[in-house]
Amino acid sequence: MSTTTDTTAAVSHPRGRQRLGDRIFSGGATAAGITILVLLAGVATFLLIEAWPAITAPAEDIPGGEGLFRFILPLAFATVVSALIGLVVAVPFAIAIALFITHYAPRRLAQSMGYLIDLLAAVPSIVYGLWGVSVLAPASLGVLQWLEGNVGFLPFFEGPVSSTGRTMLVAGVVLAVMILPIITAITREVFLQTPKAHKEAAYALGATRWEMIRMAVLPFGRSAMISGSMLGLGRALGETMAVTIILSASGASIFNLGLISSASNPTIAANIALDFPELSGISVNALIASGLVLFAITLAVNMAARVVINRRREFTGAA
Amino acid sequence: MRERATERERRYEVERDGREPEDERGREAGTTDARTPLVGGSLPRWGPWAVFSGVTAAVAGVLSVLGFNVALLAVASVVLTGAIIYGWARAVEGRRKATDRAITIAVSSAFALALTPLISLLFTVTSRGLARFDVQLFTESMRGVLGEGGGIQHAIVGTLVITGVATAASVPIGIMAAIYLHEYGRGRLKRALTFFVDVMTGIPSIVAGLFAYALFVLIYGPGIRLGVMGAVALSVLMIPIVVRSTEEMLRVVPNGLREASYALGVPKWRTIVKVVLPTSFAGIVSGAMIAVARIIGETAPLLITTGVFNSVNFNPFDGRMENLAVFAYNEYATPGIPNEPYIDRAWAAALTLLLIVMILFFVARLISARFGVKTR
Amino acid sequence: MTTATASATEAKRVEVSDLDIYYGSFHAVKSVTMTIQPNKVTAIIGSSGCGKSTFLRSLNRMHELVEGARVEGSVILDGQDIYAADVDSVMVRRQVGMVFQNPNPFPTMSIGDNVAAGLRLNSRKAKKDELDEIVERSLRGANLWEEVKERLDRPGSSLSGGQQQRLCIARAIAVQPEVLLMDEPCSALDPVATLAIEDLIGDLKNNYTIVIVTHNMQQAARASDFTAFFNLENSGDPGQLVELDRTDTIFSNPENKATEDYVSGRFG
Repeated sequence: MSTTTDTTAAVSHPRGRQRLGDRIFSGGATAAGITILVLLAGVATFLLIEAWPAITAPAEDIPGGEGLFRFILPLAFATVVSALIGLVVAVPFAIAIALFITHYAPRRLAQSMGYLIDLLAAVPSIVYGLWGVSVLAPASLGVLQWLEGNVGFLPFFEGPVSSTGRTMLVAGVVLAVMILPIITAITREVFLQTPKAHKEAAYALGATRWEMIRMAVLPFGRSAMISGSMLGLGRALGETMAVTIILSASGASIFNLGLISSASNPTIAANIALDFPELSGISVNALIASGLVLFAITLAVNMAARVVINRRREFTGAA
Repeated sequence: MRERATERERRYEVERDGREPEDERGREAGTTDARTPLVGGSLPRWGPWAVFSGVTAAVAGVLSVLGFNVALLAVASVVLTGAIIYGWARAVEGRRKATDRAITIAVSSAFALALTPLISLLFTVTSRGLARFDVQLFTESMRGVLGEGGGIQHAIVGTLVITGVATAASVPIGIMAAIYLHEYGRGRLKRALTFFVDVMTGIPSIVAGLFAYALFVLIYGPGIRLGVMGAVALSVLMIPIVVRSTEEMLRVVPNGLREASYALGVPKWRTIVKVVLPTSFAGIVSGAMIAVARIIGETAPLLITTGVFNSVNFNPFDGRMENLAVFAYNEYATPGIPNEPYIDRAWAAALTLLLIVMILFFVARLISARFGVKTR
Repeated sequence: MTTATASATEAKRVEVSDLDIYYGSFHAVKSVTMTIQPNKVTAIIGSSGCGKSTFLRSLNRMHELVEGARVEGSVILDGQDIYAADVDSVMVRRQVGMVFQNPNPFPTMSIGDNVAAGLRLNSRKAKKDELDEIVERSLRGANLWEEVKERLDRPGSSLSGGQQQRLCIARAIAVQPEVLLMDEPCSALDPVATLAIEDLIGDLKNNYTIVIVTHNMQQAARASDFTAFFNLENSGDPGQLVELDRTDTIFSNPENKATEDYVSGRFG
């Protein structure tokens, strides 16, 4: 680097020579960076290696007896459905909370609210799961029955209603509660950074508080809302324990649209957590293959989120 | 004069849409040189609260006939209050302020509604966890325990060992990678690393567990369960968190400090070690602690890598290892008969875990608040 | 300049009496009484921290955005006290526009949308051609039309600093305020852009009452008709109005010793 003190060399070749210390230190830092890339590649590689026996195995050896695709599909379907329920419920609330904390609550309250939200993002998922199954599930029975009685003609709300409340809908709502702090934390952060100049510009034009938010805060926070939601979705897709505890049903190999009956398919992650400790042989390989699919799905969601964010960053300022 | 007058007329035409009739008269008059009113109609300050109390009382009355339900009462009162306030404000204050009021009510009640499950969660864990939150819980393991009694000592030891190994591996790698990204990195490698660290934060924890299993199964054969496998899985989850938080803290160090150091002829690596890292030290430590808090409660990856074990085991390279989250799950999911002692232990373990997370979290906050870089 | 100069309109007078401004327990500005003449440029000068910006913001109640801010006294705009109990600050701000120190166009809006932003607040379905007309007139009024007419749909942030500031002026005058407040509008600009804004201020006073806070005494001398000098006796004291007079009087023959010291470059 050009910080070397032996000036002639430094001046003529600004990047030519490095001190030994610099070389070692930058080498160490670079190595750490490469380690991470290797680790990520390793995740994909080793999963693939261990999934391979299941991919090449004859269909009847796979649990369910109809092949790997047929084994994973209902699980993947349940994964996406539960995560989407969580996302649809969580996003409006997360944005409302972020707005409340940043622009409606008294300032002193807002700070402690921010801490509380950050803390809740770190509450272990097992705790959410225990709460979901012992508090939310029983409490939801009334709503579930009402749904069956009044909108039961929709395939999602077809009966019979679960008697325990341990249903896909409840699992989705618990997922929403779990990803709420994550989405809120990201959007709150960015809402707080809305330049004062833009807010004042809106107020000076005679905007009400909501109009100011629409003119200055929401446009500024748009990419954060998108990326926060995507990260929340990724978290909901991969969330294991809460769903495992609440649904606690495994291996159903049929498509199931029902959100309020107890015969729900488990998600990929929940299915692994439930069956992995008990199984051996090719079944374990099949579970790892399903994990590979989950990895691919979350990877795709996260990469899409990044692309959206990066593109929006380029376009910040565009109409 | 003429030009200006026509401008004004147009302006009022544009405005007319959202304006009150008497308001408009004032404005029309304004064109012929009378004053433009500053006073809009406005609801009395007590208005919203009065409406809310009235509505709540009315709904409570109706519900006491139909069957009382707290949730229904809250939802119905808020929705009705919102509608009434909107209508009233629209009549008195105009569309814009009515919208503003409606949004304020919506945002505040969404906030209140979202807090409900979170408060319920904290309350449930505390109240149910306290049943077995006693000395025995921390002094005994589950060795030879069937039914009542027993403790979570083995699970606490396992949690600390596994998390400790994971932290020892993740924090140096994470910090060095962050230094690479922020201080050295350029070009394709930097872009790739930034991107993949972001992507890595989204890896599902169960997938990290499967990775650790797949890695070790190649060495030890099927069915292997080791404490260190759990640590590997947790490292995959923890490294990206450490990288992101450290990078954030390096970014806070003012560039002027680096330049001041370079200007004194200090080489880059010494600048980083002597100036940049000490300045951001508190932030990096608190970031690492929050990363620990995030992974210490992980269940899924440990469920499939460290297995179930009833005794204390300090050696991560020797056989199965219990930990708090997996313990809580197993006690809850596969209780014996009668099941109360198992369920109680599950809640007590969950409470312990929650307390550990909270303590880590608050200590981290304290450190960054007390010793952190003042950015102002 | 262009169209607006052709026919001047009478704008509104602002009378400030006994105005005290507080932030919580901090007394920021003490008993200011002054009359701001219609269709004139009034410059407010004074050292940093003397409360000039706070005073300026109190003229359209923008200072209320800081928590704990309150005032005593009155600001009469066209016969109405803007601090009267039932006055709506939103309506005050529609009559008293503001331009800030740093140009602050909305970054996600195009040039045209920026100008129309204030108008859109009041009409959900304003006709496009009406809006276009107002946008054009406002941009002409801000001496910016010729430079941007080909690219109204480009982002506001694509303009230079001086152009952005004129865009902000266009945005402020699009809602046809009576009074235009400018808080050091040129301090972030280069000399050429500054000159363009000063020319514009001279044109704008035909239609608006203008109050401008400036650090730059040459600017006050060049661009204003009246000058108010604010000062504080000791740091920590509230800022006070020391002297208000015609600009040439303030700069050539001020009554107060502190004013003379300040305008001649000797700090008092």
